[in-house]
Amino acid sequence: MAIAEWRQQLQLGKVSARELVDQQLERINEVDQKLHAFLDVTVERAYADADRIDEARLAGDSLPPLAGVPLAIKDNLCTKGINTTCSSRMLQNFVPPYESTVTERLWNSGAVLIGKTNLDEFAMGSSTETSAFGTTFNPWNTSKVPGGSSGGSAAAVAAGECMAALGSDTGGSIRQPASFCGVVGLKPTYGRVSRWGLVAFASSLDQVGPFANCVADAAEILQVIAGPDARDSTCLKASVPDYLSSLSQPLNGIRVGLISECFDQKGLQTEVKKSVLSAADQLKNLGAEIQEISCPRFNDGIATYYVIAPSEASANLARYDGVKYGFRAKEFESLSSMTSCTRSQGFGKEVQRRILIGTYALSAGYVDAYYKKAQQVRTLIRRDFESAFQKVDVLLTPTAPTTAFEAGTHADNPLSMYLSDLLTIPANLAGLPAISLPCGFDESGMPIGMQLISNVLEESRLLQVAYQFEQASSVMETAPGGHCIPF
Amino acid sequence: MSESDLTWEAVIGLETHVQLGTNSKIFTAASTTFGDEPNTHIDPIVCGLPGTLPVLNQKVLQYAVKAALALNLNIAEQSKFDRKQYFYPDLPKNYQISQFDEPIAEDGWIDVEVAEKGKETYTKKVGIERLHMEEDAGKLVHAGSDRLAGSTHSLVDYNRAGVALAEIVSKPDLRTGREAAEYAAEIRRIMRYLGVSDGNMQEGSLRCDVNISVRQGPNAPFGTKVEIKNMNSFSAIQKACEYEIQRQINAYENAELVVQETRLWDESKQLTKSMRSKEGSSDYRYFPDPDLGPIEVSKELRESWRAELPELPAAKRTRYIEELGLSAYDARVLTDEYSMAYYFEEVVSSGADAKSGSNWITGDIAAYLKSTRQSFVDLPFKPKQLAEMINMINDGKISGKIAKEILPELLAHGGSPQKIVADRGLGMISDPEVITEIIDELLKDHPNEVEAFRAGKKKLQGFFVGQLMKKTSGKADPKLVNKILIKKLSD
Repeated sequence: MAIAEWRQQLQLGKVSARELVDQQLERINEVDQKLHAFLDVTVERAYADADRIDEARLAGDSLPPLAGVPLAIKDNLCTKGINTTCSSRMLQNFVPPYESTVTERLWNSGAVLIGKTNLDEFAMGSSTETSAFGTTFNPWNTSKVPGGSSGGSAAAVAAGECMAALGSDTGGSIRQPASFCGVVGLKPTYGRVSRWGLVAFASSLDQVGPFANCVADAAEILQVIAGPDARDSTCLKASVPDYLSSLSQPLNGIRVGLISECFDQKGLQTEVKKSVLSAADQLKNLGAEIQEISCPRFNDGIATYYVIAPSEASANLARYDGVKYGFRAKEFESLSSMTSCTRSQGFGKEVQRRILIGTYALSAGYVDAYYKKAQQVRTLIRRDFESAFQKVDVLLTPTAPTTAFEAGTHADNPLSMYLSDLLTIPANLAGLPAISLPCGFDESGMPIGMQLISNVLEESRLLQVAYQFEQASSVMETAPGGHCIPF
Repeated sequence: MSESDLTWEAVIGLETHVQLGTNSKIFTAASTTFGDEPNTHIDPIVCGLPGTLPVLNQKVLQYAVKAALALNLNIAEQSKFDRKQYFYPDLPKNYQISQFDEPIAEDGWIDVEVAEKGKETYTKKVGIERLHMEEDAGKLVHAGSDRLAGSTHSLVDYNRAGVALAEIVSKPDLRTGREAAEYAAEIRRIMRYLGVSDGNMQEGSLRCDVNISVRQGPNAPFGTKVEIKNMNSFSAIQKACEYEIQRQINAYENAELVVQETRLWDESKQLTKSMRSKEGSSDYRYFPDPDLGPIEVSKELRESWRAELPELPAAKRTRYIEELGLSAYDARVLTDEYSMAYYFEEVVSSGADAKSGSNWITGDIAAYLKSTRQSFVDLPFKPKQLAEMINMINDGKISGKIAKEILPELLAHGGSPQKIVADRGLGMISDPEVITEIIDELLKDHPNEVEAFRAGKKKLQGFFVGQLMKKTSGKADPKLVNKILIKKLSD
């Protein structure tokens, strides 16, 4: 059920918000043991939120745009009074005394908190396997991963455990799991959405965005969370357009660029390539002009990212030292051993690996060769996009080189795992908005995602193209086997 | 002093941390109040809780730019914040938000007046490398030891964490301990004039670290640099430098090494002692803080802040000497505190002469304020009233003696000197006829003394003046008394 449809049913009194929460909790009970999308299902809170909506409706009050919409929130977004763990032992018992801006805006718009979802520890990973609290599995095939780092949110939406969800995207952490789970995932322009209350991984790349079952729902969520915030200096002051009104615009004359570098990848799964190219044909049929375009530095994104993101992370995660809050090692001999024991016991392997990489990249004698060089390449990547957007309105790529892989595939090889973000990272480095939406299925019935990237602050354009494609293609109706978790 | 001492020259530079006196911290609204219960002025941002973000307090930017303008620094139209990383529990995020390679201001100077007893006062132009903004750290309290090492446990107070600092780095232009102390005092004076800091060294709102080395003559290469910390007063800065200069000279002359290190000034023992060696500089892994955008100061904003700057101490000193005819010493004393200089200027603009104003202010009034621990701002005796009193003396309406008599009342309660003099009947007798009458009577009463005077015992003039003052309760105009007395006695 789409948000607009739900709103109508609620207003007509056909279903109450409490009844919807009942349904959602029932669904969670039914499937989440297999999926483990949720770290915490906030039952009491969900009912309290829902009851407020129902009371308002009975009192004849006008209902806010997301009234009664049950949402799941990635567990790196601070929720006041509710554990926010980042799927890390370090923050296992951390209860924030403040609310993130994005969630505050959602609750103010009537949304209902259904629970907090699993992620790769501190959002570092592409499969949700680095969570300290267990892996999340893909609803389409529970031997496979849901992608990551926002795997819990993607799986929860895909499995119908909530109507929509929030994730965060530093190098593809919304789009790649959206692609793996066959849902829509949007990473807004850097600064379009406030980062206040988002536990930082790499501050210059992190951005919060929605997961939804359809493009219109993603637009509805973005509408609420986007906009200036005095608590985040990097949040843009630009006013927020009406995202929904642009959706129905036809694509006549829209110029779509296929980034040639993306389609030449060695590791690109044949079915993924085929599916995305056929999506390009469909866009052409809808009136878009298709052209190939070159972004020569596109494939340097991953190397650049794995210097910049760990560098920022090494500083962002320095605060977890056992002094003020969170986990502290039980036994230590001195201040420095308290810090080191706390950090080696509190952080998992992947987090430690990235802290070490980042510390190294910023060290005297290496900072020029690594961190500063990476910043220069980042500028070149941004320029590639700038010149591309002189020729086209949106860029089209696969979201990920493959469909969802089996759990454990990359357990012994972090570098091969990193490659799954190859196609999503450049948009983060350039601060551009990008969306992933389903465009087909592979032979084993796993969803394939396509990525659209637009120029800065052109989310409307992105949503319009995505919506028109979604409406014309009806991809989800073509699922060969359907969910392994039956509805 | 051995002969070779003559060739040694010290090279001194100061790093001064000035707490900017904003009500709230540099990146959050938490209060900056000093001296309250530990951890009462903290919030999630101060504590570096996950998900929190810093936002630059615009008042801090304004104060920093004003300070920089007063130090003749060039203001960067665009600068940035960086993260300086090191693990220590007084640093909530384990990095300090500071400015590394693009500070808000660079390349300035100030004129420092160097005055020392027994030596000629001179003005020295001291270069200033840069000024940058940063956040202060919290404070550790160690149980069972004054240091982390050896303590049973340590407590941390984050009240000071996140308080805005301006770090001012001088060029290595200073040559003596006195110059270093005078430079620091001038920095403090300027900050207080601007109202951007109270410069209280005891409370730590002004902290100076000294970098010091010695070399044989002005053309020799710099010697090994030693950093000295922990000086709580200007005289401590001077003494620490002087001690350290001698220590380094002695070391070189005894063929010992001076090692690059940080030393602490021990006020009770009056010496510096080694704190930690600094072989190679620490690696702080600086990088631009991605949570804070560029710091922008447009020309318009900069100039509007420049227009708000008050006249600074050096300019006042020059003006007092050149335009008001005061001595360099008086000018220096009067301008030391902005409140005193302001009071003085109000007295002068109320019509009193500058020299008298200066004498009263730097003398009796300053002494009174010191003894009662008040400042010029609190004084009930207003500049207009002091000017009135000065003019009464100059116009011969009261004597200096009477003025001193009524001063305590004026200092304590203020009021009109004219009214007090009238109420108490203290006005001066300046009518020649009245004085002549009293003198005639006096001479008639003391025929022997008159005889003796006329015989050449001129010292007796003092006796007659004394007697006359006694008779008139000191109210007779002394000039007139002497004039008439001499005339009468020589008749």
